[in-house]
Amino acid sequence: MNRLVYLVHAVLLAAFAFAASAKEAEPRLLLKEIAPGVFAHEGLIELTTQANEGAIANIGFIVGDDAVAVIDTGGSVREGRRLAAAIAGVTNKPIRYVVNTHVHPDHLFGNAAFDSPGVTFVGHANLPRALAARGAFYLSSFRRLLGEELIDEVRIIPPTLTVDDETVLDLGNRELVLKAWPPAHTDCDLTVLDKKTGTLFSGDLVFMRHVPIVDGSVLGFLRLADALAAIPAKHVVPGHGPLVANWPQALEAERTYLSHLVKDLRGMIKAGEGLGTAAQKAGQSERAKWQLFDDYNPRNATAGFAELEWE
Amino acid sequence: MRASFLSSLAGGVLALAIGFAGDGNAQSPAPPDPWPSLAGDLFHDRPMQNGDSLIALEAPYRAEDAALVPMTLRFALPQGDRRQVKRVTLVIDQNPAPMAASFEIGPNSGLTSIATRLRVNDYTNVHEVAELSDGNLYVVEKYVKAAGGCSAPAGKNPNEANAHLGEMRLREIAATPNSPSTPALREAQLMIRHPNNSGLQMDQVSHLYIPARYIDSLKVFQGDDLVFAMEGGISISEDPNFRFNYKPNGAKIMRVVARDSGGKEFRSEWPIGGEM
Repeated sequence: MNRLVYLVHAVLLAAFAFAASAKEAEPRLLLKEIAPGVFAHEGLIELTTQANEGAIANIGFIVGDDAVAVIDTGGSVREGRRLAAAIAGVTNKPIRYVVNTHVHPDHLFGNAAFDSPGVTFVGHANLPRALAARGAFYLSSFRRLLGEELIDEVRIIPPTLTVDDETVLDLGNRELVLKAWPPAHTDCDLTVLDKKTGTLFSGDLVFMRHVPIVDGSVLGFLRLADALAAIPAKHVVPGHGPLVANWPQALEAERTYLSHLVKDLRGMIKAGEGLGTAAQKAGQSERAKWQLFDDYNPRNATAGFAELEWE
Repeated sequence: MRASFLSSLAGGVLALAIGFAGDGNAQSPAPPDPWPSLAGDLFHDRPMQNGDSLIALEAPYRAEDAALVPMTLRFALPQGDRRQVKRVTLVIDQNPAPMAASFEIGPNSGLTSIATRLRVNDYTNVHEVAELSDGNLYVVEKYVKAAGGCSAPAGKNPNEANAHLGEMRLREIAATPNSPSTPALREAQLMIRHPNNSGLQMDQVSHLYIPARYIDSLKVFQGDDLVFAMEGGISISEDPNFRFNYKPNGAKIMRVVARDSGGKEFRSEWPIGGEM
């Protein structure tokens, strides 16, 4: 009897060891050091699929003298683990902060890969509420996109350190300025500025090549461009698009898109058009400039129409 | 009606729980069609006829934004049909609370079309059921594909909706090539600021549900004549919005009384019928 118990234990231990080593062996995410101590991974300009494992957003991390801050964790726990493996390949300093730039799954479904006692999750003051409102729905709807294996390990982990306006994180001789913005891309957008190198992680307040997505306020998004442009950064890691771009020129294409969309929508509201028609017609003059345009522009037009009706 | 609505809400919560539990395999066979039992529950097993020749439901094949899916209910009886449309109900089969809205149509309103905006959680059939003055029920159906990606059937800017809670606007739609407004049948749009919280959203930290608060009753009058009365639920989008037509009866005001599930009442009125 005892031998049987030992045998079962041994088999279980071997299984755990195998599982653990499989996790450690996760291939490292491809990184680029875009400035001294600032690393980022370029997401694909695609919709989330099982094949791309949700790795469609630009994500990264910053290394200080004492600790590391991760900025967004990717669209699956697997991507998060691959980011963790890449960090371990660069530094042995501990990860102290995981910053989520907003509520969307491609930026925070990897959180569970970093969940350990020494790590503080950081987000906009509205992020916990947004996760409460959307988390369960995302877990359900992304099952179809990511497949069972990838979604089963995703956990919604809300921030415990929240930012109302501005917060500075010190990684040891390296200060990060976290700024919470009014509703724009979402109602919980947060940017991270590395003062040392002038690198701005904009989250999805900056889209390039990938058509912008409006899930907060189209007017807020458009107006924010001026405030963002005033950030004293040298270059930006946009939420989607090239890994790094000049600042503030990176904002121009997005600003043009949003202003055309708003102008079209205002005209259609004035003319008494319905929401369904506006969704198909507004913003179409921008179509040739953007990838994934047909996937997101009708949605932006829909949200924008409902917002601008209240002007 | 209210009791049956609440029971359908409770049934919906159960359906949601089963939906989450049963969603374990993306490749699993399609779940059984919920419509037969929904129709039985909501309409007390009364027989339904195909309504294609009497009523129409406009809905996009693909929901662009899960939080804002435009749908239009049309119910113009052919000339010579002397019956009246008494009630029109919109059911979104796969939503947590499938009965989205039920509209009582004012007998003298001339109303033949109502457009509103819905939350759509999943790939779903949508049903429009009209009850006529002779007691017959007619049904039409549309299939709507759920929105993809990071779209969610939740509020975008709840602070804004809460800050202006209950604010209402009425807009008379002028006759243009895009609007069928005529002196005999005018068109108007009613907008209400309200977050229309579903109550199905669990706080991941406290594991408490964010309380439901939504417009559950709405009455629109032209003078003293009812245009329509709605009983609504959590499938109606944030900032509920209704575009409808009506036959002018000479009254000088349009009056609205709305009530939310928290018991708060919102009233407003506007002058109507000026030159357009």
